[in-house]
Amino acid sequence: MPENLFKVNKEEYMLPGNRACQGCGLSLGYRYILKALRENTILTIPASCLTVLHGLYPTTSVALPCLNCTFASTAASASGLVAGLNALNRGDITVVAVAGDGGTYDIGIQALSGAAERGTDFIFVCYDNEGYMNTGTQRSSATPMGALTTTTPIHTKQQNKKDMLKIMEAHDLPYIATVSPAYPMDLYDKFVKAKRIKGTRYLQMSAPCPPGWGFPPKDMVKLSRLAIETGMFVLYEVENGRFSFTGRSKTLAEKGKRLPVINYLERQGRFRKMSLEQLSQIQRWVDGKWNEYVRRAE
Amino acid sequence: MSRTEILTGNQAAAEGAKLCHIQVVSAYPITPQTSLTEYLSQAIESGEIKAEYVRVESEHSALSVCIAASSVGARAFTSTSSHGLLYMHEQLHWAAGSRLPIVMCCVNRGVGAPWSIFNDQQDSISQRDTGWIQIYCRDNQEIIDTLIQAYRIAEIVKIPVMVCYDGFVLSHTMMPVEIPDAETVDAFLPPYHAHTILSPEDPRNINPVTFPWRRADQDGVMCDGYMELRYKLQSALEAAGETIAAVGRDFAERFGRDHGGLLWRYRTEDADVILTGMGSIATEATMAVDALREQGIAAGVVGLRVYRPFPKAAVREAFRDAHAILVMEKDISYGYEGALCSDLKAAFYGTEISAPIHNVVAGLGGRDVKARELAEVTREILDRIAAGQPEGPTTWLNCRTDTPTE
Repeated sequence: MPENLFKVNKEEYMLPGNRACQGCGLSLGYRYILKALRENTILTIPASCLTVLHGLYPTTSVALPCLNCTFASTAASASGLVAGLNALNRGDITVVAVAGDGGTYDIGIQALSGAAERGTDFIFVCYDNEGYMNTGTQRSSATPMGALTTTTPIHTKQQNKKDMLKIMEAHDLPYIATVSPAYPMDLYDKFVKAKRIKGTRYLQMSAPCPPGWGFPPKDMVKLSRLAIETGMFVLYEVENGRFSFTGRSKTLAEKGKRLPVINYLERQGRFRKMSLEQLSQIQRWVDGKWNEYVRRAE
Repeated sequence: MSRTEILTGNQAAAEGAKLCHIQVVSAYPITPQTSLTEYLSQAIESGEIKAEYVRVESEHSALSVCIAASSVGARAFTSTSSHGLLYMHEQLHWAAGSRLPIVMCCVNRGVGAPWSIFNDQQDSISQRDTGWIQIYCRDNQEIIDTLIQAYRIAEIVKIPVMVCYDGFVLSHTMMPVEIPDAETVDAFLPPYHAHTILSPEDPRNINPVTFPWRRADQDGVMCDGYMELRYKLQSALEAAGETIAAVGRDFAERFGRDHGGLLWRYRTEDADVILTGMGSIATEATMAVDALREQGIAAGVVGLRVYRPFPKAAVREAFRDAHAILVMEKDISYGYEGALCSDLKAAFYGTEISAPIHNVVAGLGGRDVKARELAEVTREILDRIAAGQPEGPTTWLNCRTDTPTE
């Protein structure tokens, strides 16, 4: 057992048994996110898979206080929590907004950009399952090219995934990081760090979705790792504008060899209709992003 | 000591909000509400009042901020107009459904398309069914006084309150306003204690998915389903009328000004014809009534302060002896008639009130409404009634209606 496992908070804030699907990437990652955040935290969440995970009134599977908010309002809701707590001299409480990619990249982007521009003192977490999974796998601007969704059911998605992290970087935030449920210690460390920083912190978690992406629930961690091995998802952090790879992505950048994206894509039913042209476009897109990261890390 | 100053409606609202010790303000500028947000920004940045001002990027976010701030126990305030209010629509439902005592000023303005920055009440009337209390003010004194009453009402009944006043007609018009002294307001309005405070000391999941049926909690206690929660909001709104009236009476005792609780009357004691409306059009109607009385017509005004909860019992009482009723309003429920007119007719159903009711839609998009015009249209309608036409079509006051419909 790696040494740093012993430093992880022993408390569980996600109670045993919740309504998330089997093999849910969010479910595993969220457990460690909450462990890192600890008790003195208030969550706010919009309509999303996480609403389902939190449970139905009057019971909940999460032992931290949570304010449910409307789909577009997550970061504004967090701003209101921060303002209210400051007004009541409770500014010591960490406010954390957690939204899916729909609630971040799409309908929530205005409120998020506003809150980030104001430098609101909160953590925004986007768990990115690359589509509207709670409503049954519709296309979002986070869906990768070539993916079948129920709103791109024949021709697959024709556009590349939006680079939300770059958009957040344009807000000059003190801390931005990516995390993966396959690397919970990297995730844990980043949230512990984020909690100590003032201002708007943006963390994005890859959240593989077995029913939406079309892979067996038992392969969730394997697939999460493959996303990183192929560069489809990259572990990094940006502290006050300074980019650095972390964890497995750092090793890959220093001495590893990235696998071709096909190794990741071929394991998911959603890419079964992808054209060879789309495949090569995705490979070029991933290579371009990767090279940019490598340049920035130098 | 109270002091009297010459204030616009927006200044009066800002003075009222300051006296209420608001803790979080969040608003987005829109004409004609804008200067209200500027006054409050000034008051907060200068340190005159201690509050957080969240300068949001939209009205949707403004009300979202108030909802969250109120959920942790802070007294929250926002204001908007027209499209800003419509953009808040989703959050209006959310605030009322959360039973949060947020107070908002709606500075009434018409709704596009086409663009209009000018006054009517289509904005707030179209938010009638969001579960908010709506109070309409007739002058700037009533704005400041109503704002102070609004927090007291909201925090007792746990329902948000929209204080509505006409854009430009009141928001930008200066009138003498008595600003109450802070001590009297403090005695009238105790600090806010939230019904459920979201805090790490008592972790709860507020407003999760709630099923149609009742469900048991971890101790086996049956808890409300969605429909019980809706019923509770409805029954609280129905009961809120009494609270609004009681708060109005208490305010009158402490401050010496009574704005009438649910509604007010002007020269109605012996009135055959009653003009009714909300906000400044009702004030205008009082001058029309003076003119009509000089011409020998026994006219009076019933001004509705409270539109939701609809004061059913109070209007039944107020219109009991009327022989003709003219409902003057700055809104239209497209495809039917003015919303107030429909609501009044519904309130009279099954009572002895059988007076003809005529609807006058006036002042849309800022078209001027003169007392003289209200008096004229009253005489015309009385003539129609005398000629045996008890139910006429809705009158569009001072509007060409002979043009093609496309």
